[in-house]
Amino acid sequence: MTSLRTHFRSFAQAPRRFYSGAPSTAAKLNLPVDYKTTPILHHTSSSLSNTEYPAGATSKRLNLYQAINSALRTALSKSDRTIVFGEDVGFGGVFRCTMDLQTEFGSDRVFNTPLTEQGIAGFAIGAAVEGMKPIAEIQFADYVFPAFDQIVNEAAKFRYREGGTGINAGGLVIRMPCGAVGHGALYHSQSPESLFAHIPGLRVVMPRSPAQAKGLLLSSIFEHNDPVVFMEPKILYRAAVEYVPNEYYTIPLSKAEVIKPGNDLTIISYGQPLYLCSSAISAVEKAMPGVNVELIDLRTIYPWDRQTVIDSVKKTGRAIVVHESMVNYGVGAEVASTIQESAFLRLEAPVKRVAGWSTHTGLSYEQFILPDVARIYDAIKQTLEY
Amino acid sequence: MPATIRAKFLPFGARRPTFIRSLRVEQRGDNVEANLGWGQENDTPFTIPIAEESFRTYNFDPPPYSVETTKNQLKQLYRDMTTIRRMELAADQLYKERKIRGFCHLSTGQEAVAVGIEHAISKEDKLITAYRSHGFTYMRGGTIRSIIGELLGRRDGIAHGKGGSMHMYSKSFFGGNGIVGANVPLGAGIAFAQQYDETGNVTINLYGDGAANQGQVHESFNMAKLWNLPVMFGCENNKYGMGTSAERASAMTEYYKRGHYIPGLRVDGMDVLAVMAAVKHGRDFVKRGNGPLVYEYVTYRFAGHSMSDPGIAYRTREEMRKNRANDPLTYLKTRLVDWGIMTEDEAKAMEKEVKTTIKDEVEHAQQMPAPEASLDILFEDIYVPGSEPAQRRGRTVDETWY
Repeated sequence: MTSLRTHFRSFAQAPRRFYSGAPSTAAKLNLPVDYKTTPILHHTSSSLSNTEYPAGATSKRLNLYQAINSALRTALSKSDRTIVFGEDVGFGGVFRCTMDLQTEFGSDRVFNTPLTEQGIAGFAIGAAVEGMKPIAEIQFADYVFPAFDQIVNEAAKFRYREGGTGINAGGLVIRMPCGAVGHGALYHSQSPESLFAHIPGLRVVMPRSPAQAKGLLLSSIFEHNDPVVFMEPKILYRAAVEYVPNEYYTIPLSKAEVIKPGNDLTIISYGQPLYLCSSAISAVEKAMPGVNVELIDLRTIYPWDRQTVIDSVKKTGRAIVVHESMVNYGVGAEVASTIQESAFLRLEAPVKRVAGWSTHTGLSYEQFILPDVARIYDAIKQTLEY
Repeated sequence: MPATIRAKFLPFGARRPTFIRSLRVEQRGDNVEANLGWGQENDTPFTIPIAEESFRTYNFDPPPYSVETTKNQLKQLYRDMTTIRRMELAADQLYKERKIRGFCHLSTGQEAVAVGIEHAISKEDKLITAYRSHGFTYMRGGTIRSIIGELLGRRDGIAHGKGGSMHMYSKSFFGGNGIVGANVPLGAGIAFAQQYDETGNVTINLYGDGAANQGQVHESFNMAKLWNLPVMFGCENNKYGMGTSAERASAMTEYYKRGHYIPGLRVDGMDVLAVMAAVKHGRDFVKRGNGPLVYEYVTYRFAGHSMSDPGIAYRTREEMRKNRANDPLTYLKTRLVDWGIMTEDEAKAMEKEVKTTIKDEVEHAQQMPAPEASLDILFEDIYVPGSEPAQRRGRTVDETWY
């Protein structure tokens, strides 16, 4: 009995957390993102009005997948040259982004494809150069690599190589869910934006929120003569809910947005880590009164809005780039390098990168690899105190 | 062959999934007792019949309609299938308890394929597969606790908790794979290495009906035939690539003919004995230096594609009910009892034993520690010097949680 009790006590003293659940009581920074209160989302319809959204529009609360669905519905209604296809999209797709579209627009415009990513991409490019507006879904960004050849060698080079015919692959949008959710493991959590951002001729977009997603997606479909790789952070599909205008509107590509102004440091990020940056910024501003951090959403990762970033860093003198994908040869490297080229004399500290570590996302290892609030908080502190 | 049977031969696919079974029931009137040799010792080989409807060939001689086995092996077949079924159900339970997170693809309904193949090959033969890999991992020698531990993301899981559902490996087993079709060229390469090393063994190279439409599968067919590789391609046709039925995804659903210039065989993948006989036959053919084969195992996925798919949106309840009535476990058990290999009570006792084993193993797996956030673990097998994170003083690991 004694030994049993001792055993029990020692177990009780060193509790091992086997399963995900509530945060550890020691956690002060890495608390769950509160999507209901985060300043990044429009929690009221009135806050939409003083931004680039259409004035006086009616709006509705939507999460990210519903906003994508709304954008696709708008695009399908606006032009009968728009087609939507991909693996299982006829039933709504694994993340429900194409729900009901087949019923509304018919199976000749919204349809399932075989599991054939290279075929999907090539097929979409062919349709685009014949003047269609194909919106192809790759079920997970991790699955896009068989299509890499088509995207890099065909889509990206089409307008460049076509001579005087005026043919381009504009209107082609390849949508894909990306990013980690905490347990996606090796092939359901990657974020390969920097691989595409290396390729001139492509536009690479990653929205941070439902309202942003709708405007950026419609812009990608209707306003450009370049093919667009449109990456949707899948963790936000259900989590991020905000007011989204009902009608057609576009948000310009290749234009960053200052989502929180500040004077002392600039954080440049995109997609889901913006929410972590926002939490880290409030924690720092609380802990260090007087400090004011600026937060910029790149929105389009390539070709990106250098001017907004440079103007900001010239003002603040300090910069951190945050992204989820691996730090090596990532977006952070490009942004940091551009900052030192263009704002070197204004810099008070080296540009820091907070990003995924250079390893793979093993099933139960994701928590160790991805940037979190604590890492961003530390980076802000170190950069301010440099 | 009587005309009536031949007439029923044509649509092997999803439209009439049960006709083979009904034929087989008719078949059972054959005087099988004479072949079985009652009273044989448990390890004395004897021959049992395989229903003629189990195979359809493409430029290939059919396997013999009988297979040599022993009482012990027949019982082991049932034990293995029951173990996989129970293990998958345990995984299902753990997933619903939110202990297994992420992606989890169950192979309930398809047990006869994994078990039949393993009983027809040797441990020196190689096997590579795709999404539904738990059963194969077990058959290739992975322990139940290491498989469940992997699903739970534990350090002592078969891949240290790095992979989960689709990423388990063991000796002569090159894993599941998360990218549809990507494992197929790998299998051709493995077969090439076997040929180069003159091992005299074969590679079993499996993929689904969904993956059959990936370009790399056809590229692999060409290389395998061109270089006469010792590989048995195997399409596990469970009728659905995720939520799209084979008919809606494939211009031609006779997957065993997809190799064009490679001989093929369609096998009733719900009959473990047919699978075993077919793979034995194919393996001999390949080992004699005849080059690759394309097999198709016609089976049915009882569960949804993954845990987030209840599997009911794209198929009718009637179809699912009919196929569940075709359960490969029940089908084998009924015959074993009919043939006097084991009694109903012995079967029940075996099922109970398996259930207890699985329960114990799951318990063990749940006690395995989670991985720690130390540098040697984080950068294990991938370490690039200079890429490690800087020390962070004053921060503890448990600040991080998910």
